[in-house]
Amino acid sequence: MGQQFDAAKIGMWLFLVTEVLLFGGLFVGYGIMHARHPEAFLAAHHHLDKTMGAINTVVLLISSFTMVLAVWAAQTSKRNLCILFLLITLLCAGVFMGVKYNEYSHKFHEGLLPGKYYSHQGDTVPGQFMFFSFYFMMTGLHGIHVLLGMIVIAWILFRTIRGDFSSEYYSPVDITGLYWHLVDLIWIYVFPLMYLIS
Amino acid sequence: MAEALTTHGNANAAEHADYLDYPKGLLSWLTTVDHKRIGLMYMWSVMFFFFVGGMFALLIRIELLSPKHTIMTAEVYNRVFTLHGAIMTFLVIIPAIPAALGNFALPLLIGAKDVAFPRLNLTSLYVYWAGAVMAVVVLVMGGVDTGWTFYTPYSTTTGGGVTLMVMAAFVLGFSSIFTGVNFIATIHKLRAPGMGWFELPLFAWGMYSTALIQILATPVLGITLLLLVMERVLGVGIFDPQLGGDPVLFQHFFWFYSHPAVYIMILPAMAVISEVIPTFSKKTIFGYKAIAFSSVAIALLGFLVWAHHMFVAGMSLFAGAIFSFLTFFIAIPSAIKVFNWIATMWRGSISLDAPMQYAISFLLIFTIGGLTGLFLAALSTDVHLHDTYFVVSHFHYVMAGSNLIALLAGIHYWWPKMFGRMYNETLASIGCVLVFLGFNATFLPQFVLGSRGMPRRYYNYLPEFQSLHVASTIGSWLLAAGLFLILAYLLASLRKPKTAVANPWGGRTLEWEAMSPPTMHNFDGQPVLKHGPMTIAPTAPWWAWKKRHTERGRDLRDVSNEYSDTYH
Repeated sequence: MGQQFDAAKIGMWLFLVTEVLLFGGLFVGYGIMHARHPEAFLAAHHHLDKTMGAINTVVLLISSFTMVLAVWAAQTSKRNLCILFLLITLLCAGVFMGVKYNEYSHKFHEGLLPGKYYSHQGDTVPGQFMFFSFYFMMTGLHGIHVLLGMIVIAWILFRTIRGDFSSEYYSPVDITGLYWHLVDLIWIYVFPLMYLIS
Repeated sequence: MAEALTTHGNANAAEHADYLDYPKGLLSWLTTVDHKRIGLMYMWSVMFFFFVGGMFALLIRIELLSPKHTIMTAEVYNRVFTLHGAIMTFLVIIPAIPAALGNFALPLLIGAKDVAFPRLNLTSLYVYWAGAVMAVVVLVMGGVDTGWTFYTPYSTTTGGGVTLMVMAAFVLGFSSIFTGVNFIATIHKLRAPGMGWFELPLFAWGMYSTALIQILATPVLGITLLLLVMERVLGVGIFDPQLGGDPVLFQHFFWFYSHPAVYIMILPAMAVISEVIPTFSKKTIFGYKAIAFSSVAIALLGFLVWAHHMFVAGMSLFAGAIFSFLTFFIAIPSAIKVFNWIATMWRGSISLDAPMQYAISFLLIFTIGGLTGLFLAALSTDVHLHDTYFVVSHFHYVMAGSNLIALLAGIHYWWPKMFGRMYNETLASIGCVLVFLGFNATFLPQFVLGSRGMPRRYYNYLPEFQSLHVASTIGSWLLAAGLFLILAYLLASLRKPKTAVANPWGGRTLEWEAMSPPTMHNFDGQPVLKHGPMTIAPTAPWWAWKKRHTERGRDLRDVSNEYSDTYH
């Protein structure tokens, strides 16, 4: 069992490496395009709501913390606590997606859309569509990861309620936690690059 | 044991049945998590797509028999070479050795029951099939005409199934990543007791290095292809110069994956050769650590040379010079391997069975492919040779020739282990000669064509190139004849009874201690490493032993068992 646990952990770390590189490509593209069109990026980022972004950052950080607690609870066979922490984590993720939905619908309404669908009126600086191309691709890809994470956490929650985990066996909780921290970490980088570049 | 069989009845009989026979039925194959079965299914899938891609290759060569329209228009020609390249790269060469042979052989070689994540392994096969279906849909829809590299801005503006084809490559990337993750975890965690890192068979080192690249490079291709799709669907503008983007950025992204991917294709080939050569030279591999570390070195250096595909794409001379230097540098670990293989053969007791014939063909073809790469690495000659048939020929020598011939070496080497049957050895020799001659006849003329200025991807050419094109086309027929012959005798061997011995070649790695074909759990109990690949005591050559004892008309199985008893 110990060997399997180790293997699962190695597997998850390797998967996280691929995730970092997947987002890495986007970050590099963002960096290059930002360097080429600094005025457009600067002007475009004022359309984002910093408060919303900050709320989401805090919410995700809290969820990462409760995830750590959930792993600790699973590890020490505290089933009820584990259920509680997983629920809070799931709730935070839900809040994050809710805020994201709010932001997206606002952008859609204003015509702040990626690429050729960009139709915002009254821009003084041209070329802002590029920023929103990256905004939607980065937050969109990240959002998909949050959604997938929620599905996995819900499944782990179900298994915890069923009583699958104890100090003897908690590897699924542990590696789900690893994944969730990465999702959080990526947001930590996306947030300043998108919301705080002035 | 007989007693155990009677008391435990069927359960135990199943344990001792070989993996091909038990459990039975198509469904048991489609839901299997057995690495051997998954490996075989990968192998048949790869063979099928190799046939499809090969048909496109033959069509290309027939079209080039004469300038301009021979059997197809320029537009059709563009689609045919694109499909040939895309299918061969993403569906054949990349999964060929790691997913097919690697899945079959790696756990056996390190004395494990299976890979670390058997279900992930099956998932990777289904993901591969999903990607393959998408590619087939594209094919039916009329194909793609961008070339397999999908360069922007053409790929973002042309019609056809580019989006779906790119998504197919994206999906296939996941299959590759899953295999990579699986192999690294397997090699870290499931080695037989007593097998340290430097007692790993070199095949495992090769697979490990390959997996490293699969994990580090494939996601970047993933995001690149995703950006390309977004560019087509949303017009995001990153690669579009009209919108302030940069088409060369696509090339950087693309080659950041696709150059390391070249090593996803060649490292497994080297891994196979590193097993075959010592076995048939009856010698310990020469320079074990040098070969092992050169694999890792190639995997890491492979990430620093991507821009040598873009010397004429508008890069600063300074950057070009650095990439040129690094490209020369990566030739060193490759050469280290070749010299070590040759040193292994030096004064060995070489037996020229089919796998060894392929291994020697590999040495020649890889050397030609590798050395011609140096012409392209040099900035000044590359300006002349870029986008000519010289490049086409070079990468076919390295990607197609070396990979394919090593794959054949591996298939011939492990065929008795896979199926418990032996193919016709005379036909195998004829097949090897046909493939070797056919391959060289096809591609050697292309070096000359390229150095005289024949550009790649053209269906038309100047009349003075015709004789060389005709020679190349005739070579392709020879190559095809060889491959069909090989397919025929391999399939024919499956009708024979299972008579192969556990260790038909006198190999010293663990897979030869398992039955041929192995049982579902590979070994009876946990095998323990008695001797690493470095510490093999010189033994009486199996070849000589076999000759001496089979002359008396004895069963090969007894001879092999006797040999194993004496020398293990």
